[in-house]
Amino acid sequence: MAFNSADINSFRDIWVFCEQREGKLVNTDFELISEGRKLADERGSKLVGILLGHEVSEIAKELGGYGADKVIVCDHPELEFYTTDAYAKVLCDVVMEEKPEVILIGATNIGRDLGPRCAARLHTGLTADCTHLDIDMKKYVEFLSTSSTLDISSMTFPMEDTNLKMTRPAFGGHLMATIICPRFRPCMSTVRPGVMKKAEFSQEMAEACQVVTRHVTLTDEDLKSKVINIVKETKKIVDLIGAEIIVSVGRGISKDVQGGIALAEKLADAFGNGVVGGSRAVIDSGWLPADHQVGQTGKTVHPKVYVALGISGAIQHKAGMQDSELIIAVNKDETAPIFDCADYGITGDLFKIVPMMIEAIKEGKNA
Amino acid sequence: MRIYVCVKQVPDTSGKVAVNPDGTLNRASMAAIINPDDMSAIEQALKLKDETGCQVTAVTMGPPPAEGMLREIIAMGADDGVLISAREFGGSDTFATSQIISAAIHKLGLSNEDMIFCGRQAIDGDTAQVGPQIAEKLGIPQVTYGAGIKKSGDLVLVKRMLEDGYMMIEVETPCLITCMKDKAVKPRYMSLNGIMECYSKPLLVVDYEALKDEPLIELDTIGLKGSPTNIFKSFTPPQKGVGVMLQGTDKEKVDDLVDRLMKKHVI
Repeated sequence: MAFNSADINSFRDIWVFCEQREGKLVNTDFELISEGRKLADERGSKLVGILLGHEVSEIAKELGGYGADKVIVCDHPELEFYTTDAYAKVLCDVVMEEKPEVILIGATNIGRDLGPRCAARLHTGLTADCTHLDIDMKKYVEFLSTSSTLDISSMTFPMEDTNLKMTRPAFGGHLMATIICPRFRPCMSTVRPGVMKKAEFSQEMAEACQVVTRHVTLTDEDLKSKVINIVKETKKIVDLIGAEIIVSVGRGISKDVQGGIALAEKLADAFGNGVVGGSRAVIDSGWLPADHQVGQTGKTVHPKVYVALGISGAIQHKAGMQDSELIIAVNKDETAPIFDCADYGITGDLFKIVPMMIEAIKEGKNA
Repeated sequence: MRIYVCVKQVPDTSGKVAVNPDGTLNRASMAAIINPDDMSAIEQALKLKDETGCQVTAVTMGPPPAEGMLREIIAMGADDGVLISAREFGGSDTFATSQIISAAIHKLGLSNEDMIFCGRQAIDGDTAQVGPQIAEKLGIPQVTYGAGIKKSGDLVLVKRMLEDGYMMIEVETPCLITCMKDKAVKPRYMSLNGIMECYSKPLLVVDYEALKDEPLIELDTIGLKGSPTNIFKSFTPPQKGVGVMLQGTDKEKVDDLVDRLMKKHVI
């Protein structure tokens, strides 16, 4: 293959793969463009969005409003819906030609399919599910000083280093690892949805954003799989990531699953507009659908209030909720690890405690 | 038809986790289990074996004790096992790992009707990257987040889960499918006969010598040193200060809590 990953100095610019579903941009796009803007400024390079789809150039300018200097639109009828074959072919072809230094991809079910496929083809490293990114070493050291227990003063850092430093939780957040990809380009990262902060939208920047449409060719030989149909589940989609109040349930509801979930819903309502989440045990047992899962394998949330009911607090759960502003835990086992990260802990039977909480909150609101 | 099922032995992080004083995971104190998503891949493969009589081969890369896991999978119903194991392979990132596994599968042979099943992701790294990277290196199509698999002729119909629904995907063989845990797919137990016979079934050990001349392997991008990605720093996040355990009767605890929440204007 002519693409030479070893010649790393010829690679320029920060790219964000912008996902669209049914012709609409997804939230992760705005989060990643906002984060990519910071990285491009640290690197002194351009921020480019790459958008694949069919007749989607109209939505491209919105990405400019969050910081993209330019959006490359690849248009083809075969790109209307995501398929690994078509998307990987088009993305890799453009990357080999344009040689970006960094590619960020949202760690959605689609991004986590596309990212590794492309990284293998591009002969480069990929770091999964990153939660923090830096290029500037000074900023990285500042990050370590507030987010790690390392003694920074006794360490030396190569201050001129311009590798993308990709930080991700390992083993459910007990250990954090910062990964680099020093020998190959582009440096690729999938980024966990809901973690990067979306910037303020700027109409002026949106209008200044350059949109370039590229011609794409795809042949039948490129496509070894096809989408027969797409089914949207009609159930209410829970927006855990955007929620301000989350009441989650764990294995502790097992003696009355429906009753436990109903109590969680009532408590969420009592706080005001809360949503119900669940631990891995709850999702694995089929008590709540997968989109309710909080944790390393589920969603990362940082609501104003997180209430954990009957959740023991396995590290994999904590990884998804420990950055909540305020954590309340109710568990009958006083040694449950969830209490280690809770601001307020109550030992007791949730089926007795929660009805009292609902009552007391209502009274408090009326007082 | 042969189905290769790629599996990984992982520390069980679902219960209490022991951490060494330096913040690393105390693996020795934790049970080693078959990665949960891989159990779905095994069951899907064994179901196809029940229907078609195909051969099911369990493949893992890991240290020699991983043989025990392969024997367990054989006792569940797999026909044979492949243990890819060498010091030179240790410390490989996902790129390097997928290179080694794809080289081993290539050497064993992948015919037109064969398939490779993997778990969606492993609970120790949670990357979900090795499956798609194996597919790319072998030049075969992939379907990730697979929840239901139906095969007819050289076409496979897979239900691929999305965050808000699913896609039905039709894919040609040979192909690679990563499997999610699914209520409809309950991994079977080892059978008594299986346990009796598992040590008499073939188990192939593939080492560095066996793979070093394979075309899919680049010797300078495997192992700890060769992997494209390296750990620059690893660290523990500062522990959040332990909060307040509320005291008294249930009612007193609840009232105390609501009182504090009101003072903080949370309510």
